[in-house]
Amino acid sequence: MNKLQFDAAGRLRHFLTIEGLGRDLLVRIMDTAQSFTSVSAQQVKKVPLLRGKTIVNLFFENSTRTRTTFELAAKRLSADVLNLNIATSATAKGESLLDTIRNLEAMHVDMFVVRHAESGAAHFIAQHVAPHISVINGGDGRHAHPTQAMLDMFTIRRHKGDFSPLKVAIVGDILHSRVARSEIWALNTLGVAEVRGVGPRTLIPAEAESLGIKVFHDLDEGLADVDVVIMLRLQRERMSGAFLPSEHEYFARFGLTPERLAHAKPDAIVMHPGPINRGVEIDSRVADGPNSVILQQVTFGIAVRMAILSMAMRSGGGPTEEELQ
Amino acid sequence: MTGRHILIKGGRVVDPANGVDALMSVCLVDGKVAGLGSPPDGFAPDLEIDATGRIVCPGFIDLSARLREPGQEQKATIASETRAAAAAGITTLCCPPDTSPVVDTPAVVQLLQERAESAGMARVLPVGALTRGLAGKELSEMSALKQAGCLAVGNAGAPLANLLVMRRSLEYAASYGLLVVIRPEDASLKNNGCAHEGAVGTRLGLPGIPASAETVAVAQALALIEQVGGPVHFAQLSTRRAVAMIAQARAEGLPVTADVAAHYTDLTEAAVDGFNANTHVSPPLRSEADREGLRQGLASGTLQAICSDHQPHDVDAKQDAFPSTVPGIAALETLLPLTLSLVRSGVLGLPEAIARLTIGPARALEINSGHLSPGATADLCIFDPDKEWQVNDSNWLSQGLNTPYWGETLRGRVTHTLRAGRLVYQGN
Repeated sequence: MNKLQFDAAGRLRHFLTIEGLGRDLLVRIMDTAQSFTSVSAQQVKKVPLLRGKTIVNLFFENSTRTRTTFELAAKRLSADVLNLNIATSATAKGESLLDTIRNLEAMHVDMFVVRHAESGAAHFIAQHVAPHISVINGGDGRHAHPTQAMLDMFTIRRHKGDFSPLKVAIVGDILHSRVARSEIWALNTLGVAEVRGVGPRTLIPAEAESLGIKVFHDLDEGLADVDVVIMLRLQRERMSGAFLPSEHEYFARFGLTPERLAHAKPDAIVMHPGPINRGVEIDSRVADGPNSVILQQVTFGIAVRMAILSMAMRSGGGPTEEELQ
Repeated sequence: MTGRHILIKGGRVVDPANGVDALMSVCLVDGKVAGLGSPPDGFAPDLEIDATGRIVCPGFIDLSARLREPGQEQKATIASETRAAAAAGITTLCCPPDTSPVVDTPAVVQLLQERAESAGMARVLPVGALTRGLAGKELSEMSALKQAGCLAVGNAGAPLANLLVMRRSLEYAASYGLLVVIRPEDASLKNNGCAHEGAVGTRLGLPGIPASAETVAVAQALALIEQVGGPVHFAQLSTRRAVAMIAQARAEGLPVTADVAAHYTDLTEAAVDGFNANTHVSPPLRSEADREGLRQGLASGTLQAICSDHQPHDVDAKQDAFPSTVPGIAALETLLPLTLSLVRSGVLGLPEAIARLTIGPARALEINSGHLSPGATADLCIFDPDKEWQVNDSNWLSQGLNTPYWGETLRGRVTHTLRAGRLVYQGN
């Protein structure tokens, strides 16, 4: 499936998953993002890279934050942007996913940013779009959220520089988390020393170690000496689904408080893909504290998405995958 | 001698039920097997089939093949699928009751039989519904279904409301000598999953179905069978552990049999990678250890039968994100090649492999079929075990194109199928 992401010349065409992408490509995405960070500080916050291109934000699942940052990223690259919340329109009338795509294709768009509740949806769309169209995975089911992972990597690099000595703990609902799966790929590809997954057994997937993590069921042990703590959002439905007894007990065992954070290195950074549940997975003293980089993640998200959009559209003139090997 | 005389000569005749494996002729008279070996004096065939270099064996008996008729003729029809079955060497097949309407009245049984007879290809044995409408709550009119021609009843993978319903189903079916077919799966543990709960499903973020969804259901059924009796046939097992449980139950004398669908002996969860919707099946393709356990189950005879678990779909059924696609593989025509690959990989000898397609399923159904004894109905299959063919439009007869083997080259091809002495398929 990894070949699907590259065109015949080996250039990035779709961005569906971190799996199968080389370290050099990930570094190039971050380098490109770095070059875009200054755009937001300019008086005219635009570059003309994607002028004349049409990008469709195709959201089959609601998301304000991700959609907004993709929209801003596209607009700062001078693309025309169309936002479609399909959850409440075509497919609700019985139209198939493929028909929805075909109809939009007929409007001569250039790129789809897809958010869907089911794993593999972005792959399915990428397999069926016309050859000139790129597909960016904006989050599919539990599978992947690769742009979120890249903005997290960018944030880590800004604070820590070298990835190789880092120990990173991902805490919470790894079972249902597309963010965690993409982060684990990215962190391991970038060569960190150790990736840990921390959570109760009900929220750790089968054969989790095969993903490339060390599993902990105790937060204090999982946080010991880590450089980066990534907290995952806990969906409230997990209580009714018999994954957890109560928010209260979850917070008592896995909520990130200053006392628990003290097990990590003093300069550890705390991250969260948002939106955060204060008092459920994270204490406000940590969320707003000196170690938190949560708002920076949001800021960097725009530059990173600009990098990915432009590279997938080849306007960035990135090297071929072959050249990167 | 009177009637139509057919001589099949030059082939390697493999009839596992009678311990036959030799180069010899087969004589058919008037739709029956007249004898194996040299033709008797005065045998003047109306038709001679040269089977040199080929295997001659009883016609295959497939314990599970969906024909989609009535109710889903856009996917397939009895005519289209029994024709594909004949091309696959299958002379008898059992169709599960999950048609629309469900096979829970004699009228639907008769409709299936009449359409199958008029198609004139493979013989169709309808499995009746265990519960009314397959809803899992009230017993179907099993006595009437039996009178209409059902040999077995089952719930086609639909869950039963509770274990009390299962207990009473087993008791009631036993009153009429009906075999109960159980596709063991606990619906609550399945929990809307769509892939094996293992490394691949975890990596792809596909909601998982644990092996325990099957083993828990097998354990519950075995506990009831131990108390109230059987016979029971466990259909389409997917886990190593379930095979071990069936082996133990059989060793203890419980009246249970079991089968596996051919693709579970060939593919593992690895095939799901890339979100290939044609590998979306229920139960899911499982781990390497499970596949090995299923193969060993066939080798030991714990699994008496290999079925196709044929589930043809229209194209739209597989055109969506993986979890939203409809599970099932169109599998009639890959049944023989996949079974023969078990021979090539040393899991089964050729006679054992043929037994799993003939006398094994016949004994599970308790029907007098699947053998070439003198006087038996002349259901036969002749195949070239080494013939390579590509799965593509020019070779494929099923209306369902949903196979993960599309475009692949497989080995083993049927050249002739005879049902009751009538040539219903001839290839090259």
